[in-house]
Amino acid sequence: MKPHADGPRWLNIFHFASPYQFYPLAGRLIPLFATLAVLLAIAGLWLGFAIAPADAQQGEGYRIIFLHVPTSWMAMLIYVAMAFWSVMHLILRTRLSAMMAQALAPTGALMAFLSLFTGALWGKPMWGTWWVWDARLTSMLLLFFLYLGFIALTRSIDEPDRADKAGSVLAIVGVFNVPVIYFSVKWWNTLHQGASISIEKGSTMASTMLIGMLLMSLAAWMYSITTTLSRVRNLILQREARTRWVQELLAISANKA
Amino acid sequence: MSSWAFFCTVIRRDLFLAWQQRGDLLVGLVFFVLVACLFPLAIGPEAKLLSRIGPGVLWVAAILANLLALPRLFQADWQDGTLEQLLLAPAPASMMVAGKIVAHWLTTGVPLTLIAPLLGVQYGLSSDLLLMLMATLFIGTPVLSALGSIGAALTLGVRQGDMLLALLVLPLYAPVLIFGSGAVAAVAGGLNGYAELSLLAAIACGSLFLAPWLAAMAIKLAVE
Repeated sequence: MKPHADGPRWLNIFHFASPYQFYPLAGRLIPLFATLAVLLAIAGLWLGFAIAPADAQQGEGYRIIFLHVPTSWMAMLIYVAMAFWSVMHLILRTRLSAMMAQALAPTGALMAFLSLFTGALWGKPMWGTWWVWDARLTSMLLLFFLYLGFIALTRSIDEPDRADKAGSVLAIVGVFNVPVIYFSVKWWNTLHQGASISIEKGSTMASTMLIGMLLMSLAAWMYSITTTLSRVRNLILQREARTRWVQELLAISANKA
Repeated sequence: MSSWAFFCTVIRRDLFLAWQQRGDLLVGLVFFVLVACLFPLAIGPEAKLLSRIGPGVLWVAAILANLLALPRLFQADWQDGTLEQLLLAPAPASMMVAGKIVAHWLTTGVPLTLIAPLLGVQYGLSSDLLLMLMATLFIGTPVLSALGSIGAALTLGVRQGDMLLALLVLPLYAPVLIFGSGAVAAVAGGLNGYAELSLLAAIACGSLFLAPWLAAMAIKLAVE
Protein backbone atom coordinates (compact mmCIF):
# COMPACT_ATOMS: atom_id res chain seq x y z
CA MET A 1 0.00 0.00 0.00
CA LYS A 2 1.51 3.29 -1.04
CA PRO A 3 0.45 6.71 0.21
CA HIS A 4 -1.31 8.75 -2.43
CA ALA A 5 0.52 11.83 -3.54
CA ASP A 6 -2.65 13.73 -4.42
CA GLY A 7 -5.58 14.61 -2.21
CA PRO A 8 -5.61 16.61 1.00
CA ARG A 9 -2.80 15.81 3.39
CA TRP A 10 -4.96 15.26 6.45
CA LEU A 11 -6.98 12.57 4.68
CA ASN A 12 -3.92 10.44 4.14
CA ILE A 13 -3.32 8.40 7.27
CA PHE A 14 0.04 7.26 5.97
CA HIS A 15 1.33 10.79 5.82
CA PHE A 16 2.12 10.80 9.53
CA ALA A 17 3.35 7.21 9.50
CA SER A 18 6.77 8.53 8.57
CA PRO A 19 8.85 9.44 11.62
CA TYR A 20 10.03 12.57 9.82
CA GLN A 21 6.47 13.89 9.54
CA PHE A 22 5.35 12.61 12.93
CA TYR A 23 8.16 14.12 15.00
CA PRO A 24 7.05 17.78 14.67
CA LEU A 25 3.36 16.81 14.94
CA ALA A 26 4.02 15.03 18.24
CA GLY A 27 6.01 18.05 19.39
CA ARG A 28 3.02 20.31 18.76
CA LEU A 29 0.54 17.91 20.41
CA ILE A 30 2.46 17.29 23.64
CA PRO A 31 1.82 20.71 25.29
CA LEU A 32 -1.87 20.43 24.40
CA PHE A 33 -2.32 17.01 26.01
CA ALA A 34 -0.12 17.91 28.97
CA THR A 35 -2.26 20.99 29.72
CA LEU A 36 -5.45 18.95 29.40
CA ALA A 37 -4.02 16.30 31.73
CA VAL A 38 -3.21 18.85 34.41
CA LEU A 39 -6.58 20.65 34.15
CA LEU A 40 -8.58 17.43 34.20
CA ALA A 41 -6.56 16.08 37.12
CA ILE A 42 -7.14 19.26 39.12
CA ALA A 43 -10.89 19.19 38.40
CA GLY A 44 -11.12 15.45 39.11
CA LEU A 45 -9.15 15.60 42.35
CA TRP A 46 -11.13 18.61 43.55
CA LEU A 47 -14.43 16.86 42.79
CA GLY A 48 -13.23 13.58 44.25
CA PHE A 49 -11.59 14.78 47.43
CA ALA A 50 -13.50 17.96 48.29
CA ILE A 51 -17.01 17.68 46.83
CA ALA A 52 -17.97 14.00 46.61
CA PRO A 53 -19.79 12.66 49.70
CA ALA A 54 -18.33 9.98 51.92
CA ASP A 55 -19.36 6.46 50.97
CA ALA A 56 -22.19 4.86 52.93
CA GLN A 57 -20.23 1.68 53.67
CA GLN A 58 -16.60 2.61 53.29
CA GLY A 59 -16.52 6.16 54.71
CA GLU A 60 -13.65 8.32 53.51
CA GLY A 61 -11.36 5.44 52.66
CA TYR A 62 -13.07 4.80 49.35
CA ARG A 63 -11.60 8.00 47.89
CA ILE A 64 -8.57 6.14 46.62
CA ILE A 65 -10.95 4.88 43.95
CA PHE A 66 -10.22 8.11 42.09
CA LEU A 67 -6.68 6.84 41.53
CA HIS A 68 -7.29 3.11 41.59
CA VAL A 69 -9.97 2.75 38.93
CA PRO A 70 -8.42 5.08 36.32
CA THR A 71 -5.00 3.43 36.63
CA SER A 72 -6.54 -0.04 36.37
CA TRP A 73 -8.47 0.92 33.27
CA MET A 74 -5.41 2.49 31.70
CA ALA A 75 -3.25 -0.55 32.47
CA MET A 76 -5.62 -2.78 30.49
CA LEU A 77 -6.34 -0.25 27.76
CA ILE A 78 -2.68 0.52 27.11
CA TYR A 79 -1.96 -3.17 26.58
CA VAL A 80 -4.78 -3.35 24.04
CA ALA A 81 -3.38 -0.24 22.35
CA MET A 82 0.06 -1.88 22.30
CA ALA A 83 -1.40 -4.98 20.69
CA PHE A 84 -3.23 -2.78 18.17
CA TRP A 85 -0.02 -1.00 17.13
CA SER A 86 1.76 -4.37 17.02
CA VAL A 87 -0.82 -5.74 14.60
CA MET A 88 -0.47 -2.56 12.54
CA HIS A 89 3.30 -3.03 12.53
CA LEU A 90 3.12 -6.63 11.39
CA ILE A 91 0.50 -5.95 8.70
CA LEU A 92 1.44 -2.52 7.33
CA ARG A 93 5.14 -2.73 8.22
CA THR A 94 5.20 0.85 9.44
CA ARG A 95 8.14 1.46 11.77
CA LEU A 96 6.30 4.13 13.70
CA SER A 97 3.64 1.64 14.87
CA ALA A 98 6.27 -0.49 16.60
CA MET A 99 7.77 2.63 18.17
CA MET A 100 4.31 3.55 19.46
CA ALA A 101 3.96 0.11 21.05
CA GLN A 102 7.36 0.42 22.69
CA ALA A 103 6.62 3.94 23.89
CA LEU A 104 3.35 2.80 25.46
CA ALA A 105 4.90 -0.06 27.46
CA PRO A 106 6.59 1.89 30.30
CA THR A 107 3.46 3.96 30.92
CA GLY A 108 1.41 0.77 30.93
CA ALA A 109 3.76 -0.85 33.41
CA LEU A 110 3.54 2.23 35.62
CA MET A 111 -0.26 2.15 35.48
CA ALA A 112 -0.38 -1.56 36.34
CA PHE A 113 1.98 -0.94 39.24
CA LEU A 114 -0.08 2.00 40.51
CA SER A 115 -3.24 -0.04 40.20
CA LEU A 116 -1.74 -2.80 42.35
CA PHE A 117 -0.26 -0.32 44.80
CA THR A 118 -3.41 1.77 45.31
CA GLY A 119 -5.38 -1.47 45.46
CA ALA A 120 -3.18 -2.66 48.32
CA LEU A 121 -3.61 0.66 50.13
CA TRP A 122 -7.37 0.34 49.68
CA GLY A 123 -7.47 -3.32 50.63
CA LYS A 124 -5.74 -2.91 53.97
CA PRO A 125 -8.45 -0.82 55.71
CA MET A 126 -11.41 -2.40 53.84
CA TRP A 127 -10.51 -6.10 53.72
CA GLY A 128 -7.89 -6.09 56.47
CA THR A 129 -5.17 -7.37 54.16
CA TRP A 130 -2.69 -5.89 51.68
CA TRP A 131 -3.00 -8.69 49.22
CA VAL A 132 -5.20 -11.71 48.46
CA TRP A 133 -4.64 -14.32 45.76
CA ASP A 134 -7.82 -13.25 44.07
CA ALA A 135 -8.25 -13.78 40.32
CA ARG A 136 -8.44 -10.09 39.53
CA LEU A 137 -5.43 -9.09 41.61
CA THR A 138 -3.36 -11.97 40.34
CA SER A 139 -4.19 -11.37 36.70
CA MET A 140 -3.31 -7.68 37.09
CA LEU A 141 0.02 -8.77 38.57
CA LEU A 142 0.52 -11.00 35.55
CA LEU A 143 -0.29 -8.06 33.28
CA PHE A 144 2.44 -6.11 35.08
CA PHE A 145 4.88 -8.95 34.37
CA LEU A 146 3.78 -9.04 30.74
CA TYR A 147 4.70 -5.35 30.47
CA LEU A 148 8.06 -6.03 32.11
CA GLY A 149 8.68 -8.94 29.74
CA PHE A 150 7.83 -6.79 26.73
CA ILE A 151 10.15 -4.02 27.89
CA ALA A 152 12.96 -6.48 28.70
CA LEU A 153 12.63 -8.25 25.34
CA THR A 154 12.62 -5.11 23.20
CA ARG A 155 15.50 -3.61 25.19
CA SER A 156 17.71 -6.70 25.00
CA ILE A 157 17.57 -7.07 21.21
CA ASP A 158 20.05 -4.77 19.53
CA GLU A 159 18.81 -4.74 15.94
CA PRO A 160 15.82 -2.35 15.90
CA ASP A 161 14.00 -4.27 13.20
CA ARG A 162 14.09 -7.55 15.11
CA ALA A 163 13.24 -5.81 18.39
CA ASP A 164 10.16 -4.27 16.76
CA LYS A 165 8.86 -7.51 15.32
CA ALA A 166 9.68 -9.62 18.38
CA GLY A 167 7.90 -7.11 20.60
CA SER A 168 4.90 -7.13 18.29
CA VAL A 169 4.58 -10.90 18.43
CA LEU A 170 4.82 -10.87 22.23
CA ALA A 171 2.27 -8.07 22.62
CA ILE A 172 -0.22 -10.00 20.50
CA VAL A 173 0.26 -13.21 22.49
CA GLY A 174 -0.15 -11.39 25.79
CA VAL A 175 -3.30 -9.49 24.88
CA PHE A 176 -5.37 -12.59 25.62
CA ASN A 177 -4.81 -11.87 29.29
CA VAL A 178 -6.75 -8.59 29.14
CA PRO A 179 -10.27 -10.01 28.71
CA VAL A 180 -9.50 -12.44 31.53
CA ILE A 181 -8.78 -9.50 33.86
CA TYR A 182 -11.75 -7.56 32.63
CA PHE A 183 -14.25 -10.35 33.20
CA SER A 184 -12.61 -11.81 36.28
CA VAL A 185 -14.86 -9.80 38.60
CA LYS A 186 -17.87 -11.47 36.98
CA TRP A 187 -16.45 -14.98 36.67
CA TRP A 188 -14.87 -15.36 40.09
CA ASN A 189 -16.72 -13.78 42.97
CA THR A 190 -14.11 -13.44 45.65
CA LEU A 191 -12.94 -10.59 47.81
CA HIS A 192 -12.65 -7.98 45.07
CA GLN A 193 -15.90 -6.01 44.76
CA GLY A 194 -17.91 -6.07 41.54
CA ALA A 195 -17.53 -3.46 38.84
CA SER A 196 -19.03 -0.12 39.84
CA ILE A 197 -20.05 0.75 36.31
CA SER A 198 -21.57 -1.56 33.73
CA ILE A 199 -23.03 -0.94 30.32
CA GLU A 200 -26.30 -2.75 30.98
CA LYS A 201 -27.09 -1.45 34.46
CA GLY A 202 -25.39 1.92 34.38
CA SER A 203 -23.61 3.23 37.42
CA THR A 204 -24.34 2.28 41.01
CA MET A 205 -22.51 5.30 42.39
CA ALA A 206 -23.42 8.86 43.36
CA SER A 207 -23.14 11.14 40.34
CA THR A 208 -20.40 13.38 41.77
CA MET A 209 -18.31 10.29 42.48
CA LEU A 210 -18.90 9.04 38.97
CA ILE A 211 -18.03 12.37 37.35
CA GLY A 212 -14.92 12.69 39.50
CA MET A 213 -13.82 9.22 38.48
CA LEU A 214 -14.46 9.89 34.82
CA LEU A 215 -12.51 13.15 34.99
CA MET A 216 -9.60 11.34 36.60
CA SER A 217 -9.79 8.66 33.91
CA LEU A 218 -9.65 11.31 31.20
CA ALA A 219 -6.68 12.87 33.00
CA ALA A 220 -5.00 9.46 33.00
CA TRP A 221 -5.67 9.19 29.24
CA MET A 222 -4.17 12.59 28.59
CA TYR A 223 -1.18 11.83 30.80
CA SER A 224 -0.57 8.55 28.99
CA ILE A 225 -0.82 10.21 25.59
CA THR A 226 1.61 12.91 26.67
CA THR A 227 4.25 10.52 27.98
CA THR A 228 3.84 8.19 25.01
CA LEU A 229 4.26 10.96 22.49
CA SER A 230 7.36 12.33 24.16
CA ARG A 231 8.82 8.83 24.40
CA VAL A 232 8.08 8.26 20.72
CA ARG A 233 9.97 11.45 19.93
CA ASN A 234 12.99 10.13 21.82
CA LEU A 235 12.77 6.81 20.03
CA ILE A 236 12.57 8.55 16.67
CA LEU A 237 15.67 10.61 17.45
CA GLN A 238 17.54 7.48 18.55
CA ARG A 239 16.56 5.42 15.55
CA GLU A 240 16.98 8.16 12.96
CA ALA A 241 20.12 9.63 14.49
CA ARG A 242 22.05 9.15 11.26
CA THR A 243 19.51 10.70 8.92
CA ARG A 244 20.02 14.15 7.57
CA TRP A 245 16.94 15.77 9.11
CA VAL A 246 17.90 14.70 12.64
CA GLN A 247 21.44 15.95 12.11
CA GLU A 248 20.06 19.29 10.93
CA LEU A 249 17.64 19.44 13.86
CA LEU A 250 20.46 18.80 16.31
CA ALA A 251 22.60 21.42 14.61
CA ILE A 252 19.79 23.97 14.95
CA SER A 253 19.21 23.23 18.64
CA ALA A 254 22.97 23.32 19.26
CA ASN A 255 23.14 26.78 17.68
CA LYS A 256 20.28 28.01 19.84
CA ALA A 257 21.94 26.87 23.04
CA MET B 1 7.70 -32.76 -0.14
CA SER B 2 4.22 -32.23 1.16
CA SER B 3 3.67 -30.29 4.39
CA TRP B 4 2.51 -33.42 6.16
CA ALA B 5 5.59 -35.41 5.18
CA PHE B 6 7.78 -32.51 6.25
CA PHE B 7 5.95 -32.36 9.60
CA CYS B 8 6.54 -36.06 10.19
CA THR B 9 10.17 -35.84 9.13
CA VAL B 10 10.83 -33.03 11.61
CA ILE B 11 9.24 -35.05 14.41
CA ARG B 12 11.26 -38.15 13.50
CA ARG B 13 14.50 -36.19 13.29
CA ASP B 14 13.95 -34.40 16.62
CA LEU B 15 13.01 -37.63 18.38
CA PHE B 16 16.10 -39.31 16.98
CA LEU B 17 18.30 -36.45 18.16
CA ALA B 18 16.63 -36.50 21.57
CA TRP B 19 17.31 -40.23 21.82
CA GLN B 20 20.98 -39.61 21.07
CA GLN B 21 21.07 -37.12 23.95
CA ARG B 22 18.83 -39.12 26.27
CA GLY B 23 20.80 -37.95 29.31
CA ASP B 24 19.28 -34.49 28.78
CA LEU B 25 15.77 -35.90 28.93
CA LEU B 26 16.59 -37.62 32.19
CA VAL B 27 17.80 -34.33 33.67
CA GLY B 28 14.36 -32.79 33.16
CA LEU B 29 12.64 -35.75 34.82
CA VAL B 30 15.04 -35.78 37.75
CA PHE B 31 14.47 -32.05 38.16
CA PHE B 32 10.71 -32.65 38.25
CA VAL B 33 11.09 -35.31 40.95
CA LEU B 34 13.53 -33.20 42.97
CA VAL B 35 11.29 -30.13 43.04
CA ALA B 36 8.37 -32.31 44.14
CA CYS B 37 10.53 -33.85 46.89
CA LEU B 38 11.67 -30.51 48.28
CA PHE B 39 8.19 -29.36 49.25
CA PRO B 40 7.51 -31.96 51.98
CA LEU B 41 10.95 -31.13 53.40
CA ALA B 42 10.11 -27.44 53.49
CA ILE B 43 6.57 -27.50 54.85
CA GLY B 44 6.57 -30.69 56.90
CA PRO B 45 5.30 -34.19 56.15
CA GLU B 46 1.75 -33.86 57.46
CA ALA B 47 -0.31 -36.21 55.28
CA LYS B 48 -3.47 -34.11 55.12
CA LEU B 49 -1.62 -30.97 54.10
CA LEU B 50 0.44 -32.84 51.50
CA SER B 51 -2.59 -34.36 49.80
CA ARG B 52 -4.13 -30.89 49.63
CA ILE B 53 -1.13 -29.14 48.05
CA GLY B 54 0.00 -32.14 45.99
CA PRO B 55 -1.74 -31.31 42.69
CA GLY B 56 -0.55 -27.71 42.74
CA VAL B 57 3.01 -28.62 43.63
CA LEU B 58 3.19 -31.24 40.88
CA TRP B 59 1.78 -28.79 38.35
CA VAL B 60 4.29 -26.08 39.28
CA ALA B 61 7.11 -28.65 39.16
CA ALA B 62 5.93 -29.76 35.71
CA ILE B 63 5.94 -26.15 34.49
CA LEU B 64 9.46 -25.56 35.82
CA ALA B 65 10.72 -28.77 34.26
CA ASN B 66 9.16 -27.73 30.96
CA LEU B 67 10.76 -24.28 31.22
CA LEU B 68 14.13 -25.92 31.80
CA ALA B 69 13.75 -27.90 28.57
CA LEU B 70 12.50 -25.01 26.42
CA PRO B 71 15.85 -23.57 25.24
CA ARG B 72 16.58 -27.00 23.75
CA LEU B 73 13.69 -26.51 21.33
CA PHE B 74 15.55 -24.33 18.82
CA GLN B 75 18.92 -23.43 20.36
CA ALA B 76 21.14 -26.20 18.97
CA ASP B 77 19.57 -26.08 15.52
CA TRP B 78 19.95 -22.33 15.44
CA GLN B 79 23.61 -22.46 16.46
CA ASP B 80 24.70 -24.99 13.84
CA GLY B 81 22.62 -23.46 11.05
CA THR B 82 20.15 -26.32 10.73
CA LEU B 83 17.26 -23.98 11.47
CA GLU B 84 18.10 -21.92 8.40
CA GLN B 85 18.15 -25.06 6.27
CA LEU B 86 14.79 -26.13 7.65
CA LEU B 87 13.34 -22.72 6.78
CA LEU B 88 14.55 -23.16 3.20
CA ALA B 89 12.55 -26.36 2.79
CA PRO B 90 9.63 -26.02 0.37
CA ALA B 91 7.04 -26.28 3.15
CA PRO B 92 5.55 -23.72 5.54
CA ALA B 93 7.81 -22.81 8.46
CA SER B 94 4.86 -23.20 10.80
CA MET B 95 4.75 -26.93 9.93
CA MET B 96 8.37 -27.22 10.97
CA VAL B 97 7.60 -25.47 14.26
CA ALA B 98 4.55 -27.66 14.81
CA GLY B 99 6.72 -30.75 14.30
CA LYS B 100 9.24 -29.46 16.81
CA ILE B 101 6.48 -28.72 19.33
CA VAL B 102 5.13 -32.26 19.00
CA ALA B 103 8.58 -33.77 19.39
CA HIS B 104 9.25 -31.54 22.40
CA TRP B 105 5.98 -32.60 23.98
CA LEU B 106 6.72 -36.29 23.36
CA THR B 107 10.11 -35.93 25.03
CA THR B 108 9.12 -33.72 27.99
CA GLY B 109 5.35 -33.58 28.53
CA VAL B 110 4.62 -37.29 28.08
CA PRO B 111 7.39 -38.53 30.44
CA LEU B 112 6.24 -36.00 33.05
CA THR B 113 2.66 -37.20 32.71
CA LEU B 114 3.74 -40.82 33.09
CA ILE B 115 5.88 -40.25 36.16
CA ALA B 116 3.41 -37.88 37.89
CA PRO B 117 1.24 -40.66 39.45
CA LEU B 118 4.30 -42.02 41.23
CA LEU B 119 4.86 -38.65 42.93
CA GLY B 120 1.11 -38.28 43.43
CA VAL B 121 1.09 -41.49 45.47
CA GLN B 122 3.88 -40.07 47.63
CA TYR B 123 1.69 -37.05 48.25
CA GLY B 124 -1.17 -39.35 49.25
CA LEU B 125 -3.51 -38.57 46.35
CA SER B 126 -6.39 -40.99 45.84
CA SER B 127 -6.77 -42.91 42.58
CA ASP B 128 -9.44 -40.65 41.02
CA LEU B 129 -7.25 -37.63 41.80
CA LEU B 130 -4.28 -39.34 40.18
CA LEU B 131 -6.35 -40.05 37.10
CA MET B 132 -7.46 -36.43 36.85
CA LEU B 133 -3.91 -35.23 37.44
CA MET B 134 -2.70 -37.37 34.56
CA ALA B 135 -5.53 -36.16 32.33
CA THR B 136 -4.79 -32.48 33.02
CA LEU B 137 -1.06 -32.98 32.48
CA PHE B 138 -1.78 -34.89 29.27
CA ILE B 139 -3.89 -32.00 27.91
CA GLY B 140 -1.94 -29.19 29.55
CA THR B 141 1.67 -30.04 28.69
CA PRO B 142 1.15 -29.59 24.90
CA VAL B 143 0.03 -26.02 25.71
CA LEU B 144 3.24 -25.47 27.66
CA SER B 145 5.30 -26.67 24.69
CA ALA B 146 3.28 -24.58 22.22
CA LEU B 147 3.33 -21.30 24.16
CA GLY B 148 6.92 -21.98 25.18
CA SER B 149 7.94 -22.32 21.54
CA ILE B 150 6.96 -18.66 20.96
CA GLY B 151 9.10 -17.56 23.92
CA ALA B 152 12.01 -19.80 22.89
CA ALA B 153 11.90 -18.43 19.35
CA LEU B 154 11.73 -14.81 20.51
CA THR B 155 14.75 -15.19 22.81
CA LEU B 156 17.01 -17.04 20.34
CA GLY B 157 20.46 -15.49 20.62
CA VAL B 158 19.24 -12.67 22.84
CA ARG B 159 21.36 -11.44 25.75
CA GLN B 160 20.42 -13.38 28.92
CA GLY B 161 17.94 -15.27 26.79
CA ASP B 162 17.19 -17.99 29.33
CA MET B 163 16.31 -15.54 32.09
CA LEU B 164 14.18 -13.54 29.70
CA LEU B 165 12.45 -16.71 28.55
CA ALA B 166 11.19 -17.33 32.08
CA LEU B 167 9.88 -13.78 32.36
CA LEU B 168 8.07 -14.01 29.02
CA VAL B 169 6.64 -17.48 29.32
CA LEU B 170 5.61 -17.92 32.96
CA PRO B 171 2.82 -15.27 32.89
CA LEU B 172 1.46 -16.96 29.76
CA TYR B 173 1.48 -20.34 31.53
CA ALA B 174 -0.73 -19.04 34.35
CA PRO B 175 -4.14 -20.02 32.85
CA VAL B 176 -2.91 -23.57 32.20
CA LEU B 177 -1.74 -23.83 35.79
CA ILE B 178 -5.03 -22.43 37.12
CA PHE B 179 -7.27 -24.78 35.18
CA GLY B 180 -4.92 -27.76 35.42
CA SER B 181 -4.60 -27.75 39.18
CA GLY B 182 -8.19 -26.44 39.47
CA ALA B 183 -9.58 -29.57 37.81
CA VAL B 184 -7.76 -31.80 40.29
CA ALA B 185 -8.88 -29.62 43.20
CA ALA B 186 -12.46 -29.85 41.93
CA VAL B 187 -12.28 -33.66 42.01
CA ALA B 188 -10.86 -33.45 45.52
CA GLY B 189 -13.82 -31.25 46.46
CA GLY B 190 -16.34 -33.81 45.22
CA LEU B 191 -17.10 -32.33 41.77
CA ASN B 192 -16.22 -33.98 38.49
CA GLY B 193 -13.83 -31.24 37.27
CA TYR B 194 -14.98 -31.52 33.66
CA ALA B 195 -15.55 -27.75 33.39
CA GLU B 196 -11.88 -26.97 34.08
CA LEU B 197 -10.79 -29.84 31.88
CA SER B 198 -12.89 -28.53 28.98
CA LEU B 199 -11.44 -25.04 29.39
CA LEU B 200 -7.96 -26.55 29.41
CA ALA B 201 -8.77 -28.43 26.21
CA ALA B 202 -10.07 -25.20 24.65
CA ILE B 203 -6.83 -23.42 25.55
CA ALA B 204 -4.92 -26.35 24.06
CA CYS B 205 -6.84 -26.10 20.76
CA GLY B 206 -6.35 -22.34 20.53
CA SER B 207 -2.67 -22.31 21.40
CA LEU B 208 -1.78 -25.31 19.22
CA PHE B 209 -3.50 -23.57 16.34
CA LEU B 210 -1.86 -20.15 16.76
CA ALA B 211 1.52 -20.85 18.35
CA PRO B 212 3.32 -22.54 15.41
CA TRP B 213 2.46 -19.61 13.20
CA LEU B 214 3.65 -16.94 15.66
CA ALA B 215 6.76 -18.93 16.62
CA ALA B 216 7.65 -19.36 12.94
CA MET B 217 7.44 -15.59 12.55
CA ALA B 218 9.77 -15.15 15.53
CA ILE B 219 12.23 -17.73 14.19
CA LYS B 220 12.53 -15.94 10.88
CA LEU B 221 13.54 -12.83 12.83
CA ALA B 222 16.32 -14.72 14.60
CA VAL B 223 17.65 -16.26 11.41
CA GLU B 224 17.57 -13.16 9.23
